[in-house]
Amino acid sequence: MSQKTVDRGQEYVRIEGVTKRFGDFVAVDSVSLSIFKGEIFCLLGGSGCGKTTLLRMLAGFESPTAGRILIDGQDMAGIPPYERPVNMMFQSYALFPHMTVAKNVAFGLEQEGLGKTEIERRVGEMLEIVKLGEFARRKPHQLSGGQRQRVALARALIKKPKLLLLDEPLGALDKKLREYTQFELINLQEQLGVTFVVVTHDQEEAMTLASRIGVMNKGQIVQVGTPTDIYEFPSSRFVADFIGSVNMFEGQLTEDEPGHVRIRCPELDATVYVNHGISAAPEAKVAVAIRPEKIELTRSELAATENRTRGTVKEIAYMGDMSVYLVRLESGRLVRVTIPNTERHADERIVWDEMVYLSWHPSSPVVLTV
Amino acid sequence: MRRGWFRNGMLGLGLAFLYVPILSMIVFSFNNSRLVTVWDSPNSPTLRWYVRLLENDQLLGAAWISVLVAAMTATGAVILGTIAGLVLTRFGPFRGRAFLSAMTTAPLVMPEVITGIAMLLLFVSLEQLIGWPEGRGMLTITIAHITFAMAYVTVVVQSRLAGFDDVLEEAALDLGARPATVFFRITLPLILPALVSGWLLAFTLSWDDVVISQFVAGPGSSTLPMEIFSRVRRGVSPDINALATIMVLIVAIGVVLSTLYMKREEKRREREEQMARRDGNG
Amino acid sequence: MNKALETLQVWFGKRLVIGVPYFWLLLFFAIPFLIVFKISFSWMQPIQPGYAPLFSWVEETQRFVATLNFSNYEVLLDDPLYLGTFLYSVKVAAISTVLCLLVGYPMAYAIARCPPTTRNLFLMLIILPFWTSFLLRVYAWIGLLKTNGVINNSLLALGIIDQPLTLLYTDFAVYIGIVYSYLPFMILPLYSNLEKHDLTLLEAAADLGASPVKSFFWITLPLSMPGIVAGCLLVFIPAVGEYVIPSLLGRTDQLMIGTVLSAQFFGARNWPVASAVAIALLIMLLIPIMLFQRYQRRELQAARR
Repeated sequence: MSQKTVDRGQEYVRIEGVTKRFGDFVAVDSVSLSIFKGEIFCLLGGSGCGKTTLLRMLAGFESPTAGRILIDGQDMAGIPPYERPVNMMFQSYALFPHMTVAKNVAFGLEQEGLGKTEIERRVGEMLEIVKLGEFARRKPHQLSGGQRQRVALARALIKKPKLLLLDEPLGALDKKLREYTQFELINLQEQLGVTFVVVTHDQEEAMTLASRIGVMNKGQIVQVGTPTDIYEFPSSRFVADFIGSVNMFEGQLTEDEPGHVRIRCPELDATVYVNHGISAAPEAKVAVAIRPEKIELTRSELAATENRTRGTVKEIAYMGDMSVYLVRLESGRLVRVTIPNTERHADERIVWDEMVYLSWHPSSPVVLTV
Repeated sequence: MRRGWFRNGMLGLGLAFLYVPILSMIVFSFNNSRLVTVWDSPNSPTLRWYVRLLENDQLLGAAWISVLVAAMTATGAVILGTIAGLVLTRFGPFRGRAFLSAMTTAPLVMPEVITGIAMLLLFVSLEQLIGWPEGRGMLTITIAHITFAMAYVTVVVQSRLAGFDDVLEEAALDLGARPATVFFRITLPLILPALVSGWLLAFTLSWDDVVISQFVAGPGSSTLPMEIFSRVRRGVSPDINALATIMVLIVAIGVVLSTLYMKREEKRREREEQMARRDGNG
Repeated sequence: MNKALETLQVWFGKRLVIGVPYFWLLLFFAIPFLIVFKISFSWMQPIQPGYAPLFSWVEETQRFVATLNFSNYEVLLDDPLYLGTFLYSVKVAAISTVLCLLVGYPMAYAIARCPPTTRNLFLMLIILPFWTSFLLRVYAWIGLLKTNGVINNSLLALGIIDQPLTLLYTDFAVYIGIVYSYLPFMILPLYSNLEKHDLTLLEAAADLGASPVKSFFWITLPLSMPGIVAGCLLVFIPAVGEYVIPSLLGRTDQLMIGTVLSAQFFGARNWPVASAVAIALLIMLLIPIMLFQRYQRRELQAARR
């Protein structure tokens, strides 16, 4: 395997074979996972994939049907949410509407039975950190969306949790604010050294925030890795397809050497040559996945005999920073290619219905066996 | 063609239907004639029926009993109804939940004569068995009223609890609050408006009830509606008009004040939310 | 702190909280019906408590003997008075419910289509009479409907009639009384249903060529069915057993079941027969009551979405 080695820090949360059933429905299906101290771990998946249920089991709102969860070495079975060293930032923020910002933030500390002055001092500090000092006496409905999000964060962080759970933390914010808040969150996490577990359906959000991502599908974890791992080395057709866009071609292994492989794809004119080995049975049916930005388009005939094919431009979508081309191959297959718009006036740009040649580097294709 | 003339006309007629009888009672409460519906113009308007009403110790005594019973009923019904509403919306499935839910909705539509006879026979049987309750009076009326009024409170509390997400309670648990703390610091303040309207509703239901009270009341514990009922059965009497006018007046003032208060609160909230949106965009 | 003990405390706390309303309703709502059921099979007894015990200890045989008395129910079936009373009560309740719907639906519809600010005002006007005494509002109709009452006097004064009409102590007066007292119970569920309708459906219907009348019958009316059913049940069920309204406004030659029940209970002091009447009434209303409970459950589930 050529995966980049992850800095395997101290294991902090350990999820062992956890399953959660609701009646006949299996929401989480024997998930095992380790989360390291001080990292931002993202659970990424579509709706209904079980990511939120997994998060709620960490918080203690649901108990696993089977398996166990250890936090900092302690088994969490039977421990109610109010005794767990874990805090959560809810998707809807769940700010108490009848309390001021300061009261909301103080709520957790009051439950610990701290003194009044101690609470006031810490609330003041925390509100400064999230830049809400002047809003302390406001009620939640008197705040904007971004401010509410920061109150929710402050309220969870003031308890100095060992683990902070964030359920779609940026989901309710508009696009501009979201980008800004992403970096805010990362800064805050580094500053306080808390371990974050983030649940999201937004892959961009996961890519920017996470040190590692766990991709979930139908209650199972299908791949765990750094954002680069997940994007560049997807381990399955599902992950390759789910993260970003991809062109996938079914094919058959024709040559399998430790240093390279050759694959024959009926939809492509030439064989695919990949400059690294894979582990698969000879003559196995495999899929070749090539990201749209890794394909080059040219008008002139190519000298190469492999990793190339030919087609006609059918659609061009101008997106500003880049353009998306849909090319129809002679086999009838449509291929997606993205080209960055590096120049402002590109008279040389390829246009509609032009015959083009597509090619890619031998390191670009990902060979998928599952 | 003017749209909606039919439905607006019906609305007007319907409201007239609701208010004409009340207005006629108010008007004739100032009529001097004993004949109630014949306007004795030379000597009217007069306050003589109001004076007579205030001298009627029997009615005043019954009114006092009604106030006491209604206040106790409202308080008891709010406590029990809140617990029942909480149990039904927040405790998830438990054995006997469907039965509890059925028992809280059945009194809403149960004909009063049935509830009345059932309550009375229970009290009689209990007295035979364990010697409690001794005879019938305010205590038995209050118990009977709590039982049917709590059903209304349960519905009000349930719909309020269903209206806000239990994620707020989860958030409090997550921040380290124990279930009892969550109830008193989060749930209770949030359902308080429902409790207030539930209390008022239960008070009115008890204050208004005549059928059930008749079954479970004992000697010397006649409520105001029971007194009124026995009077109006004998015919129309002008001091009842005066009594009705006073009751309508009290309710109207209460409703108008609370409406004005709610309007003001709503306006304030809207203003604050607008301000927040402006601030947030800066 | 001991974990197991604490878990136990939480568990017991939960049971206790469930137990309080459960115990109350069981004792004061469910058990009373069983008692009524039991007494409906007893013999009448002139002394307190008014009914003979159902089970008695017989010394000779050393056994409990149940003396069941079916005659209370036989009376209900044999005596045409009771059957007639039941049928009459259902008729009065049904006609009043239909009238209530006919009056209430347009009102609920008009309020639901008002601008939101006036909507609350109208709703308040609908509910306001409910907060004033029900008894006094029924009583007000005596003054209006009497032979020399407001309505007759006005009609006479206007020259529309020469002879005063007999309005009071008729079926008509009972219908008016029931419609008047129960109107808010019809309007409120209808309103809460109509208010939730998506008005773009009507626009879509108009766009597809339906006239306003057609859109009403094909779209609004079917969609408001749950509200109609709920409102009708809320009026019909209590109206069948109504006692105050018929005894103040109704006929004296034909009684309603609620009146008969109280007459048996207070007048004849025949508790077993009164119990049998109550049980028969309850059985008759069982299906409507269950329908209403189903509606309530759905409403609460919908509120939770």
